[in-house]
Amino acid sequence: MKVGVIVFPGSNCDRDMHHVLTDVFNLDAEFYWHEKNLPSDIDAVVLPGGFSYGDRLRAGVIAAHSPIISDVKKLSEKGIPILGVCNGFQILVESGLLPGVLLKNESLNFMCEWTNLIVNNNKTPFTNKLELNQKIPIPIANGEGRYFVDDETLSQLKKNNQIVFSYENKVNGSVSQIAGVCNSDGNVVGMMPHPERAAEKAINQIDHKPSSLIFESLVETVGMKN
Amino acid sequence: MSFQEHEKLHIEKNVKRELTSTELQILAAEWSEHCSYKSSKMHLRMLPTTGPNVIVEKGYDSGVLDVGDGYVVTVHIESHNHPSAVEPFGGAATGVGGVIRDILSAGTRPIALFDGLRFGDIENDAHARWLFKNAVSGIADYGNCLGIPTIGGEVEFDTCYTNYALVDVAAVGFGKKSKLIKNHANIDDLVLLIGGSTGRDGVGGSQFASDALEGEDRSAVQIPDPFIEKLIIEAILECRDENCINAMKDLGGGGLSCAISETAESLGIGIELDVKNVHLRESDLSPDEIMISESQERMLVISSPDNLSKIEKICDKFRIQCSVIGKVKEDKMMHVKNGNDTLALLPADFVARGPLIDRPKSKPEYLSQLPSSPPSENQLPLSEILLKLLSSPNIASKHWVFRQYDHEVGIRTVIKPGFDSSVLRLDNGKSLSVKIDGNPKHCYIDPREGAIGCFEEACRNVVCTGATPMGMVDHLQFGNPEDPEIFWTFMESIEGITDFAKFLNVPCVGGKVSFYNETSNGPIKPTPLIGVLGLIENSPLLPTTPSNNDVILLVGETKDELGGSEYYEYIHNFIGGIAPKVDFSESQKNMKSVLSLISKNLVKCAHDCSKGGLAIAISELCVFGKLGCDVNLTSSLSSEKMLFSESHSRYLLVVDKNNLDEIKSLLSENDCTFSELGIFSGDQISFKSNSEPILELRVDKAENNYLNSLGKIIQNG
Repeated sequence: MKVGVIVFPGSNCDRDMHHVLTDVFNLDAEFYWHEKNLPSDIDAVVLPGGFSYGDRLRAGVIAAHSPIISDVKKLSEKGIPILGVCNGFQILVESGLLPGVLLKNESLNFMCEWTNLIVNNNKTPFTNKLELNQKIPIPIANGEGRYFVDDETLSQLKKNNQIVFSYENKVNGSVSQIAGVCNSDGNVVGMMPHPERAAEKAINQIDHKPSSLIFESLVETVGMKN
Repeated sequence: MSFQEHEKLHIEKNVKRELTSTELQILAAEWSEHCSYKSSKMHLRMLPTTGPNVIVEKGYDSGVLDVGDGYVVTVHIESHNHPSAVEPFGGAATGVGGVIRDILSAGTRPIALFDGLRFGDIENDAHARWLFKNAVSGIADYGNCLGIPTIGGEVEFDTCYTNYALVDVAAVGFGKKSKLIKNHANIDDLVLLIGGSTGRDGVGGSQFASDALEGEDRSAVQIPDPFIEKLIIEAILECRDENCINAMKDLGGGGLSCAISETAESLGIGIELDVKNVHLRESDLSPDEIMISESQERMLVISSPDNLSKIEKICDKFRIQCSVIGKVKEDKMMHVKNGNDTLALLPADFVARGPLIDRPKSKPEYLSQLPSSPPSENQLPLSEILLKLLSSPNIASKHWVFRQYDHEVGIRTVIKPGFDSSVLRLDNGKSLSVKIDGNPKHCYIDPREGAIGCFEEACRNVVCTGATPMGMVDHLQFGNPEDPEIFWTFMESIEGITDFAKFLNVPCVGGKVSFYNETSNGPIKPTPLIGVLGLIENSPLLPTTPSNNDVILLVGETKDELGGSEYYEYIHNFIGGIAPKVDFSESQKNMKSVLSLISKNLVKCAHDCSKGGLAIAISELCVFGKLGCDVNLTSSLSSEKMLFSESHSRYLLVVDKNNLDEIKSLLSENDCTFSELGIFSGDQISFKSNSEPILELRVDKAENNYLNSLGKIIQNG
């Protein structure tokens, strides 16, 4: 089982994500520079956080036009699990793989703090080992993390069970306190908080197990396939 | 641009001809105080710089410490004061960028940033608030984009910084010892300029920083571009992995002039460069401007011609520019050409080693005129004072600041900002604890003891996480060194730091001196800043909240030392009295004993006692644990002195009752002064003096003031 970690110019959580996938969860993860092609037999793809293209114009919008995104689109249509974290989520939204937009936080500031997530959908490849309504202590670190969709899309998302995570408390002004969503097929998931920063005991003194389950879900999913 | 008499004589003696305009520009930049350290260099030699863990290589811009198992930690500290006082966002951001490239030059990856920020009175001065807000945004914008966590620092406000700003940035790097760049060069090696293009920003920046801040010379302020910096970091590290780099230096103050002359001098080579080959942002830049522009995000790399195609390929991948601007010669000359014309031809060591000055010093008049105690006795209730101190911008939680910094990226941050010292995990299972500390209020009253105190406080902070101090960096910030009284305060500071470093056997692995920190209001208070790095062999002492009936133990002695305290200055608006003084042997005894108690797992939480004194340190523990305390102080000192004196070498330990006997016997064996102050319980912070109640404050009230005051000042300003 091979997991691709895409590196855009300005990605800065790529090495963290790679460490967690390989050293903590024993997955075979490899970096893919954004101008390279993704192998068609890859088992999962992760778009890590960071500041692709320095967040110029709008977070994620330039990276959404990187050559590798057309491969990501093809893989998503094949049902391959794809996870976008923070800037990765912004890129998935900007490339049309996920609905909605991410706006500047209500505070108008960059926010780095720990918060609680609530699991709203435990049927995705990244949440299948989590309980519904389970709490996940996890850090956020972003300036443009306020999820927004219009009312019509919001009711669609609710109807299709596309809201994957929401914040327990009001954090940044997101619509319905949404922290993560998936596509209608459920294989593409985007989330603003950083599970790779919360899946090890040494750096998460609250409880590292819930975030670990996000990665264990992936192990379960790709493991089952092989 | 002007030279002093002794510099003109030095030129006449060594160069038997008229200097060209380019040569004059190069020398003016390189011989500025900022680049040449002409006032301080001969004195900096007194600092101990070697030790078993220190790795010394020629041409390093950062200190390198061996942390075992084939790994090294690098560290450097810089400031960007003048630019930040004019344009705080850009000034602070480029300050971050510069120090990061110093870490990169050694071939290590930057893994953490620390900021020391100082401004005027933000409660009453809108301009100070504006500077503060924008400097924080500048640092956040730059560090966050790079993915280097800002995990610590300090923020302080004092009217001596009115219309000014001190922005100090320290950076820490990590890497394999085998991958350190061993700076060297062979004849005919290529000299490359990698990264951002050279423009008109920052022209003459080092000279701007070498004079009092009078005008707002915006063209001397550099423009930040963190995205380019991020690409440079990744490209340079790839070049390092491909063994393409023979030598490397960051372009900082003095631009190309400084980087070329210093590289040639340190490697004992000549460099010939053609300004026509420098990639430019604006095509009409004059050769002189090219030589002294301080445009950011540029690295000078020396590589063998065989490796050029590999380097070009890597730069192409990251879409950053790489120009071959010159080559290495045998003649030890710095030769600047414009096509076929020679613009400058001077011996590199002549350029790089500006003539030093032995400045006169004299004890400042003001020191003998400081009053010893406030004119009237304190009339305010102590609980009111404590509540007010908790909301003092110097004491209140800096959460408003550090929540804007990504302090988690890199997934090394084990102890996060807001505690005594931040801790990073390293790849060999050890942990690194780092803290920077300054205290201008103490240093103003006693420049020598104040500087030692900053050093000891930084040591105490890392000790509280279970780390043994292994190296320090100093950043010495003063007014105009031509004033003998200011120079005296500089000399006192550096002598004090040297004495303590030698006593503790903690080498100085890097540092910087910044003079001319003054405005039309006068000079700043002496502001030495000390950063201490400590190593933890096993796991750090994680801050654990106190539980009901846990015992509060004070190691160390509270003395009659209210001078320069927040109590005197914030509550009574009084400058004077006796500033705290470090007793070297007491300091070492307490440090060793606390470390030994921590290593024996006998301590739940250790907290340094510093700004605001014992009352603040205990209140901080109560707020952290959302739990009250019952403390009884027994001393012959007045209540104010017991509660608010900022005496050094003191540690508050939170311990389980069952461990008390063992702890006490160890402390007695080590001949430490200690006292059992009381226990945690209830919802009141309660102090008694010789069993008489003197202060009661509800924890939730204290918490509200402590956590929210700084944010409120900014929002309601």
